[in-house]
Amino acid sequence: MKLLVCISNVPDTTTKVKFVDDNKKFDETGVQWVINPWDELSLTRALEMKDDPASGIKTVTIAHVGSATAEPTIRKALAIGADDAIRVNAVPADAYYVASQLAEVVRTEKFDLVMCGIESSDHNGSLVGGMLAELLDFPSVSAVSYLKIENGQAIINREIDGGKEIVSVPFPFVAIVQKGIAKEPRIAAMRGIMMARTKPIKVVEPVNIESFTEVTGFEMPKPRAACRFIDAENVKQLIEVLQNEAKVI
Amino acid sequence: MSVLVYTENWDGKFKKLSFELVSYASKVAEMLNTTATALSIGNVEEAELQKLGNFGVKKIIHARIDGLNILDNQAYTKTIADIATKEGATVLVLSNNNTGKALAPRLSVRLKAGIGSGVGKLPLGVDPFVVYKRAYSGNAFAHLTIKTPIRILTLAQNSFGLIEKNAGAALENLSVQVDGTLVKTTVKEVQKLTGKILLTDADIVVSGGRGMKSPDNWGPLVELADLLGAATACSRPVSDEGWRGHEEHTGQTGKIIAPILYIAIGISGATQHLAGVSSSKYIVAVNTDKDAPIFEAAQFGIVGDAQKVLPKLVEAVKEMKAR
Repeated sequence: MKLLVCISNVPDTTTKVKFVDDNKKFDETGVQWVINPWDELSLTRALEMKDDPASGIKTVTIAHVGSATAEPTIRKALAIGADDAIRVNAVPADAYYVASQLAEVVRTEKFDLVMCGIESSDHNGSLVGGMLAELLDFPSVSAVSYLKIENGQAIINREIDGGKEIVSVPFPFVAIVQKGIAKEPRIAAMRGIMMARTKPIKVVEPVNIESFTEVTGFEMPKPRAACRFIDAENVKQLIEVLQNEAKVI
Repeated sequence: MSVLVYTENWDGKFKKLSFELVSYASKVAEMLNTTATALSIGNVEEAELQKLGNFGVKKIIHARIDGLNILDNQAYTKTIADIATKEGATVLVLSNNNTGKALAPRLSVRLKAGIGSGVGKLPLGVDPFVVYKRAYSGNAFAHLTIKTPIRILTLAQNSFGLIEKNAGAALENLSVQVDGTLVKTTVKEVQKLTGKILLTDADIVVSGGRGMKSPDNWGPLVELADLLGAATACSRPVSDEGWRGHEEHTGQTGKIIAPILYIAIGISGATQHLAGVSSSKYIVAVNTDKDAPIFEAAQFGIVGDAQKVLPKLVEAVKEMKAR
């Protein structure tokens, strides 16, 4: 069984977000780039499953759509334990563009299971996994918080409003994973970092796709008013303010 | 041309988020000088369906699908896309909840429709069609231009509110046949949290962080939540430690919520936490450290120890209720 883990290269989550070019472009100056947090959990679970011989997973491949500047992030994924990687050499125009490129990778290389994080921390779209599945006509399961493969069958927990369902779908499919899929992201060990240097990153050229959308500007959130402090000995006052002034309780 | 809004039901009932979605879709329709149609799939009684009509839709389509009583993303996508096409919908509106996240991207590909996900207000313009959406985990907002003739919008919960308007909605019943071979999902078991106010639906949320010190200290926090009719939540370290279940984790990688009132007890307010709660209308923070970043996001703050302040809050709310 061949598993594909799609990763996005995003600014570190503690980055102070700024824009340049009249608020049209994200300011990359001094930014640390990391594997998108959900994709990192997804990769961790993929490797945990591969560690279990009963899963039948032979290889875990990384796919990324982006320029060569993302290679350190891809190397990190290889250092954590993925076997190899495919980078589609293109600037990601939008979710549909990215999903279309990934679909081409899956069609060419024939994967049995594709894992995508439910969201990326930069565009917050929650789109690529579902689009990819539709492009491939694969089943998809979204908001997956547990995934296990046993006797050639996938056991999946999907989160629903107010609970969860234990579901199954046939291979090949796309699992769109969320928090809970792995406890903590796996960290690269020194041996992994050494081995990652020689693991193959295959670079493929993009297919010609017209994007559906385009970001035409950014704005910063409005600053909030300063906090009004209430004395810890006078908690009653807080309740009064919430009841009579804010009128929220 | 019309705006089609997919209104999910939960055991045959709608929620506040359904009415918010319908209100939103009706307003988008006004911007486009057209009308909005609500689409409900599954068994919902007529009286419940009529409730959607109080929020501005002109038509309510009730589709019963034979042989499909679970969410299968492929079968649902095909059904909704076929109805959208038949109705000539140029805008499709869904919630940005788990169901919306599962269906909207598939619909986008099927209908060749660009998608604005997690939109927080009405489009900034309709020609070109520009939406306003969350970006960089709440640290910014993006203006996204959708270039395709059909557009899909998923609305962030609690971002728009309800707008009542009776447009005299007509109810249309539809019987849909789904090709059984299309349904690939098997649901083996459903586990529901019962008797709890859902975090994503709650108007008030009381949330605890590491400042709670131990899982044994949650009693007064839960009591406060019960008194306020609030849901309980927690920060990431708390769920990672297993003090509370991961379904309570609010923050960037957990649940993104937008209640009217968010009460953060013993939460310092790391960027990742604020990413999940910054859309709350009011934030109240209780923390021992007056320089904690949570106070930058909060409108009201108490510098103090959670264990000491919580019982006083409980008392004060009880007094308020007794009045």
